[in-house]
Amino acid sequence: MSAEIRTSDGELLSVKLRKVERRRRTTAFLLAAPLLFFIVFAYVIPIFQMLGRSVDNVQMNEFLGNTHDVMQEWDGTEMPGEDVTSTFFYELKGLVEEKNHGKIATRLNYEKGGFTSLIKKTARKLKDFDENGNFLDQFIDVHKKWGDIEYWLALKRGTDAYHFRKYLTTFDYEQKFDGSIERIPEKKRINVTLWLRTIFVAAGVTFCCFLLAYPISHLLSVLPTRYSNLLMICVLLPFWTSLLVRTSSWMVLLQKQGVLNDTLVSLGIVADEGRLELMYNMTGTFIAMTQILLPFMVLPLYSVMKTIPPSLMRAATSMGATPFLAFRKIYFPLTYAGISAGSILVFVLSIGYYITPALVGGAKGTLISNRIAYHMQQSLDWSLATAMAAVLLVAVLIVYWLYNKIVGIDNMRLG
Amino acid sequence: MSGKKSDFVKFERVDKSYDGKELVVKGLDLDIAEGEFLTLLGPSGSGKTTTLMMLAGFETPTNGEIYFDGNPINNIPPHKRGIGMVFQNYALFPHLSVFENLAFPLKVRKIDKAEIEERINKTLKMVSLTGFENRMPAQLSGGQQQRVAVARALVFDPKLVLMDEPLGALDKNLRESMQYELKHIHETLGVTVVYVTHDQGEALTMSNRIAVFNDGKVQQLSGPNELYETPVNSFVASFIGENNTFTGTVKELASGIAKVETNTGEIIIASPIAVSSAGEKSRISLRPERVNINPTEQIENRFEAEIKEIIYHGDHTRVRVNLLGNDDFILKVPNASSNSKLNLGDRVNLGWSSQDCRALDY
Repeated sequence: MSAEIRTSDGELLSVKLRKVERRRRTTAFLLAAPLLFFIVFAYVIPIFQMLGRSVDNVQMNEFLGNTHDVMQEWDGTEMPGEDVTSTFFYELKGLVEEKNHGKIATRLNYEKGGFTSLIKKTARKLKDFDENGNFLDQFIDVHKKWGDIEYWLALKRGTDAYHFRKYLTTFDYEQKFDGSIERIPEKKRINVTLWLRTIFVAAGVTFCCFLLAYPISHLLSVLPTRYSNLLMICVLLPFWTSLLVRTSSWMVLLQKQGVLNDTLVSLGIVADEGRLELMYNMTGTFIAMTQILLPFMVLPLYSVMKTIPPSLMRAATSMGATPFLAFRKIYFPLTYAGISAGSILVFVLSIGYYITPALVGGAKGTLISNRIAYHMQQSLDWSLATAMAAVLLVAVLIVYWLYNKIVGIDNMRLG
Repeated sequence: MSGKKSDFVKFERVDKSYDGKELVVKGLDLDIAEGEFLTLLGPSGSGKTTTLMMLAGFETPTNGEIYFDGNPINNIPPHKRGIGMVFQNYALFPHLSVFENLAFPLKVRKIDKAEIEERINKTLKMVSLTGFENRMPAQLSGGQQQRVAVARALVFDPKLVLMDEPLGALDKNLRESMQYELKHIHETLGVTVVYVTHDQGEALTMSNRIAVFNDGKVQQLSGPNELYETPVNSFVASFIGENNTFTGTVKELASGIAKVETNTGEIIIASPIAVSSAGEKSRISLRPERVNINPTEQIENRFEAEIKEIIYHGDHTRVRVNLLGNDDFILKVPNASSNSKLNLGDRVNLGWSSQDCRALDY
């Protein structure tokens, strides 16, 4: 035990220190509080809410709760008994009266195709049912699909409150009704291709950005300020222009009848009938994304290069290293922090890039984000969309984790 | 000194301009002898660093030729010159350990591992840094970093080592001890050193010869004591050490004696150094410690002055007096017991010989 140290006013030093520090900390926190609340309410909570949708099926479970409960007793090897079919009949009847049967039709259709028409037809005929008769037979009379056990299995599975099948779909797998997991038929596979393409494009764009940004950043760091400022403005110019405008200008440039092709044709480099396909394919996505994301590579590189004294290269050459060797052994290793910071920024941004591939990418240049948007806006399968988004988020977090492992997040310099 | 070249490094009519309008170095002719410790001394912008950079190969002479060991080197890139260099900010590679820093010039030369280790150990021992091999530069103090930089410039046995204000970033005490250390290293190895500094004390302590630069030209090239005792022009006189000056006109010039009339009408008897005829304007230079207070013996110049300020400096006292209209005339008085009677406002007799008093250019 060390002796108690007191301040000149007789207060315990440790207590006093904490008091003083607490005031300072509170002030700091209050200053940051508005942003913190904004982030929590406008960002973190909505994200988790959306991500919840990828596994959430509670509404279906509520609509058809009794059917679901009764079906737990059914082992699914034979057609369901009357307890199941009658419960389902009454619950469906209730849903039709509340006009909610459309919702379950859509949902069940994700489990097995053909459910939409099946439910709609059944709903119309419900009033003709004889409540004393055999419900299963009457269902089959309405539509012969009810005689297929898989529709009943889909009904059982489709009313679980939570499920993870959307994550299987994300990677082109499906769970059969017997519980086995298999890849979906080859013709239907699209997501894995998109994932691979997204990673390929993100890595490629990162690499292109690196190749272009490295010399520019070096030039920026060695030029006298009055020139480097001008160059810096040129580099940052894209930041001040709307993303949409920039992408559209790329469309003007890259089209088959666009500026670039016209120029090449008029210069005689390319024949008129052999105009280059620069858009609506991967090339377009690459060119446009590289240009748009370039500043994110230049800024961290520049900020790191700026701190490397020119005397290091001179020292290396004075010791007998050729300029190339001096660059490889001295300059280049010192820019690792900038390269990694820039790469992670560009990679993470491009892995979720949406507008540019959507506009210039065509069918061959669309990425996973476009697929997510498709499911959000067109197919309305929000569960699948959020499952994909969750996978994307995890991928980004893994990249960050790797970055932290290899480089250390503290070494990140962003300009 | 047999077999040692007196023109180991030779600058021949070297001009350097960066912008095509102004010459930073003007018609430089300079011979550096093998094994010599030559200092380029001058204020900033005087062209001394540019001269060094031209020798290292980082700048190209606009005109003239530089020879190293008999060969013209204008068209030889820096990495082929084999000249060691110590930089102002050390320029240690921050991502490499001390050992790797020192190994760099050796690895470039494809020297085998065992010898690299041996040479590094030897060099580190020389700068008393044994045991620091695995430290990173950031883990070293300024003085230690400086030693590593010196070791790195010497480890590949260059015949010539350039140093660009290597001690500028160190504090005063460390700087002084490093000066002696560098001097000893130079004496031990016999390597030729070209050293750039703006600190005249540093130059005087370490060098065999000093080239004083100003305005792109070498003003004087000589040994430290000559430079201090016998400056050839008023720039050198004022730049090296402390200096009292009078301006005046040469009245009479004969047999090693110049009689100069000051602006107040008195005649000072001085040695004519940079004056050639009577009627010329001249600046007279006189070192503060060469002035005697109340001289007893016969002395050529003897005037009365009034004490304006006394500043105690421990080992000596600086006395500011008004002498012949010069209000900033400084005396350096050793703190011997006989000199303790000086009081502010006293009038004292001051005397100095014509040998210590040099009539220079105006």
